[in-house]
Order: sequence, then C-alpha cells, then structure tokens
Amino acid sequence: MSANHQLSAADLTLGYADRTIVEKLSIAIPPARFTVIVGANACGKSTLLRGLARLLTPRAGTVYLDGRAIHQMPTKEVATLLGVLPQTPVAPDGITVADLVGRGRYPHQGWFRQWVAADDAAVANALQATDTLDLAGRAVDELSGGQRQRVWIAMALAQETELLLLDEPTTFLDINHQVEVLDLLTDLVHERGRTVVAVLHDLNLACRYADHIVAMRDGKVAASGTPPEVVTPELVKSVFGMDAEVVSDPVSHTPMIVPVGRHKVKAKLKAAAE
Amino acid sequence: MSTTGFAPVGTVVAVRRRLQRRYALVMALLAVLTLAAIGLALAVGDYPLPLAEVVRSLLSPFTGNVEPAGDFIVLGVRLPRAVAGLLAGGAFGLSGVLFQSVLRNPLASPDIVGITMGASATAVAAIIVFDWSGTAVSLSACVGAVVIALLIYGLSWRNGVTPYRLVLIGIGMSAIAGAVVSYLFTRARIFDVQEALAWLTGSLNGASFEHLAPLALALLVLTPVAAVLWRSLNALQLGDDTAKALGTRVELSRLGLIIVAVLLAAAATAAVGPVAFVAFVSGPIARRLLGPAGNALLPSALVGGLVTIGSDFVAQHMLGRNQLPVGVVTGAFGAVFLIYLLAAAHRSGRGG
Repeated sequence: MSANHQLSAADLTLGYADRTIVEKLSIAIPPARFTVIVGANACGKSTLLRGLARLLTPRAGTVYLDGRAIHQMPTKEVATLLGVLPQTPVAPDGITVADLVGRGRYPHQGWFRQWVAADDAAVANALQATDTLDLAGRAVDELSGGQRQRVWIAMALAQETELLLLDEPTTFLDINHQVEVLDLLTDLVHERGRTVVAVLHDLNLACRYADHIVAMRDGKVAASGTPPEVVTPELVKSVFGMDAEVVSDPVSHTPMIVPVGRHKVKAKLKAAAE
Repeated sequence: MSTTGFAPVGTVVAVRRRLQRRYALVMALLAVLTLAAIGLALAVGDYPLPLAEVVRSLLSPFTGNVEPAGDFIVLGVRLPRAVAGLLAGGAFGLSGVLFQSVLRNPLASPDIVGITMGASATAVAAIIVFDWSGTAVSLSACVGAVVIALLIYGLSWRNGVTPYRLVLIGIGMSAIAGAVVSYLFTRARIFDVQEALAWLTGSLNGASFEHLAPLALALLVLTPVAAVLWRSLNALQLGDDTAKALGTRVELSRLGLIIVAVLLAAAATAAVGPVAFVAFVSGPIARRLLGPAGNALLPSALVGGLVTIGSDFVAQHMLGRNQLPVGVVTGAFGAVFLIYLLAAAHRSGRGG
C-alpha cells in the first residue's frame, strides 16, 4: 500500500450548543494500526470521532490530516482520503445493497466523471471483503442487523480511503456478528495496511482487537498505548468507576477485564475491594 | 488493493443493469401514457375530432395544410390547455419529489407545507386589495411562495433545519395563509371574487402559450439545476453525517435543492394556480413504479404531467355537464392518496 496518511489533533475543543464535551485534547492516530477509543457513556468518545472526521467543527484547536488543517481542506478531497461510518446512517426505503454501496463512490465522481468500470470494481471489492456479494441485489431493509452493518462497512470501503473511522460499528449486533465485524476491520489493517479508528463499547473486544487503545474520561485522554501497556485495574477504576480484575484473555493473551460488583463475588475479593 | 476477479464485478454490473432496465421501462411507460393522454385531450370535446385530423392540425404550421376551424380548436384551445397541464404538472411533480427527498418525508410537499397556499394568498390579495391583474398577479404569487418558504425555513431553524419541524411549521403556515384568503374573500367585491376564485383551486381554463412562457423558461433553467443537485441528494438521503463524510456540503446542497423546488412550485402556481396535491402524489407514485431503480426526478415530472392532464380530462368530460376546474379532481384524488399513505405508514410502523 502507498504512503500512510497521518491523522492527528492538537488542543481540540468540541461541543454542542452550550455544552463543551471534549476539551483541549491532543491525539495522534498511529498509521496502519487498529485504534480503538473506549470510555464510559458521555465521556466524549463519539464526539471526538466526529471531530476527527470533520463532521463537527471544533470550538478551538485543529485536526490535521497529513499536516493540513482538515476543516480547511475541500471536504470532497478529504472524502477520498478518509472514510467515516457514523453511528446511525439512514438507508433510503427499498434501496438495493449494490446501490447503497455504490453511494460510497460519491467523492470519486463529479459532474463530468460519471459511473465508470473502476466504480463497479470498487463496489465488487467492498462487497467481497465484507462477504456480502451474494446480497448485492437484495433490498437493504430486508437484511438482518449483522448483514446490514456489513453492508454499511462495505459502503465506507467502496470509498477506497486509507483511513477509516467507525462510530460503534458493533452496537446492536449479536456477539458472533461483533466478532465478524472486528475480524473484518483487522483484515483491513493487517492485510491492506489501512488505518482504522473505531469507538467500541465492549472493553474486552476492544482489548483483544486494538493495536492501540485510547481510554477517555470527561473529554480527555486518560491513557493510550497498546492494551497490555495501558489496561490495568487502576485505569478501569478511573475510567469506568468500577472495581475489576484484569486477567489474561485465554484466547488472545490480551488483557481481559473481569468486573467486580457488589454481588456474586468471592468473600476474599469483596474484603479487598472494601 | 487486491486483484479483481471477473465474477464479482459481473454480479455488481448485473444488478446495476437490472435497475437501469427497470428505469428505462418506467420512463417509456410514462412517456407512452402521457402521449396517449395528450392525444385524448386534443381529440375529445364538444367538437370531437378524429385522431388523424388532430395530427393534421398539429402539423399544419409546417405542411401548410390549413383548415381554420379545426386548427383553432386544436392549436388555439386544446393544445395550450394540454401543454399547460404537462408543464405545470411536471413542475409540481419535480418540486414535490425534491421537497420529499430533501426532507426525507412524504408529507413534505409544497402543497402540504403551504408554499402553494402562500402563493394563493398573495395572488388573492393582489386582486382584491390592490386591484391588480394579469402578470402582476402572477408575479405576486411567485413572491408569496418565496416569502412563505423563507418564513417556514426561518421559523424551523434551530442549529440547522430538522425536516419534521419544518413540516409541522409548514402545515401551520398553510393554515394561516388559508385564513388570510378566507378573510380577503369576505371583503371582496363580487367581480373580484370571480377572478380570485381561480387562485383557490388551480385551473387550466384560458391557458395560452404566451401565458405559459415564464413557466416553460423556469422549467428549462431549473430542471438541469435539479438534475445536477440530485447527485448530492443521493448522499443526503443517507443522513447528514454520512453525507458530510462522503464530501457533501450538506447545508448548501439542501438549501440549493429547496430553492429550486420552491421556484418550480412558484412558477407552476403562477401559471395555473395551486392545482392541489399534484406535487404531493407524483413522487410517491413514481417511486412505487421504480421500486429500487433509483432516480425519481424525471419520472415524477412525467407522473405530475400525466396526473394533471388526466384529471383535467375527467373534470371536463366525465363529471356531467358542469366543467370543473382541474384542482377539484386532483384534490379529491390526492386526498384519497393521502389517507392511503398515512394508513400504510401507520401499518408498517413508520410515522408519516
């Protein structure tokens, strides 16, 4: 794959109306790695992703794409470098899978450059990568949740960008589909050298799949690094306000968080927690 | 990128071809039906003419084969009327499908959110209060459509426009414009009322080519603009965030599309009055015909023209001796369609 694109932010402040969500945050996304952003509800992880994806205009600070301020770049040029899958995309009634995925070709087209063979190839590649080729002629509203999510990822893939940002791509999916989607994203990173950033809810899947994990608390980065470096009981306590044991995931040997609540806990641990 | 095998591309191309074929089929069907409707409209009436005679009249300016009486009926009376139906219906159809697609709501057509009612209100005011006539009235109808559109857009703005709020405020504005019209009628002289009535239900009566020129010009200019903007609409339909992610300038595109839609509705209303519900029914009918086959822009225009010419035919020839304005028939048809649409939306659990 060609030279990797650099995405970073400096002193980024983001918010909606009169609420500031993310304050003076600086971050550098490692290229050709799978970065996962985690944190409690309302910690600003989705807001940060929307800011990095230039969907939200910063109050202060700058997002840089290859050293240029992303909000000053033509949005269509950005769209050829950076793809985004927002949390709640809308599928028009009755649209077919192939048509929806084809919409990902929008930034490559213009008034004079209409649909060409390269577009068909990009759509076919995206469908194949997400294992949805046999759904090409089906209506999106007839698909299962897992299939639909894979089709949306295919739409973002058809954009053929080196950077891909996804906001909770596994929410509402059954566990098998969650693993499927994360395997797919890992393929993109490790086989095709893409840079992927995803906000994830499930801490253990985040630890397993992330090359680089960013833990957020109150609109700030609490810690970042590889999961084994970063994920400790203390971090979980400070980010989620919850006691936990961190053990080795028997499958992947990555950190695995075992929550400690008030019930169903061995007496010894309970005493230690108190 | 991995190398591309032949088979997967073939699958994608096959799906695209299938949709293109369906689109072509729908367009052909609509074109044939429209031609048939125009043929009927030219042949049937108090002086029925055989189709061969209609064709001879249509060609007479080129062939020189003139027959004054028949030519007057075909070229002077019936053709302008059919063209008025085609152009105004087409403009309403385009305007409606643009509104409905941009706002992602089938209720958001210009005749429901009050754009055409705003045009009626100012036209009626121009006649009754200012005693204007002719072009001045048509112009004031255009101004009224644009002003009420600005009011609706402005009132529904709160960090951007949400379609739902815009529809509700539009329905409210429509009611206010309707109240203004009712009030004006109570103060009007009887002679003015006759003229103003045409602005309540659209009518193709007294259509003439000179009269239709501004509408034809508006269509000629705005249809290509709509076609260009339709590309960004394909992205806008996926939600604002996705559209932005794909490189669309969302607010700008949306505003552009709404301006085009308002101008089309204004031009059509200025030409033939607020023919009820044509804008509202055209898009959904076209979409139902197309299924997943995409771009409903031109099919909606054809449906609009067809509905208007067809309704005018019914109003003139099929409802007894009294010739009704076309708006009465489209209004009745549209109302039934509205009930159907609401019931269908309710059943499938999708509001409005």
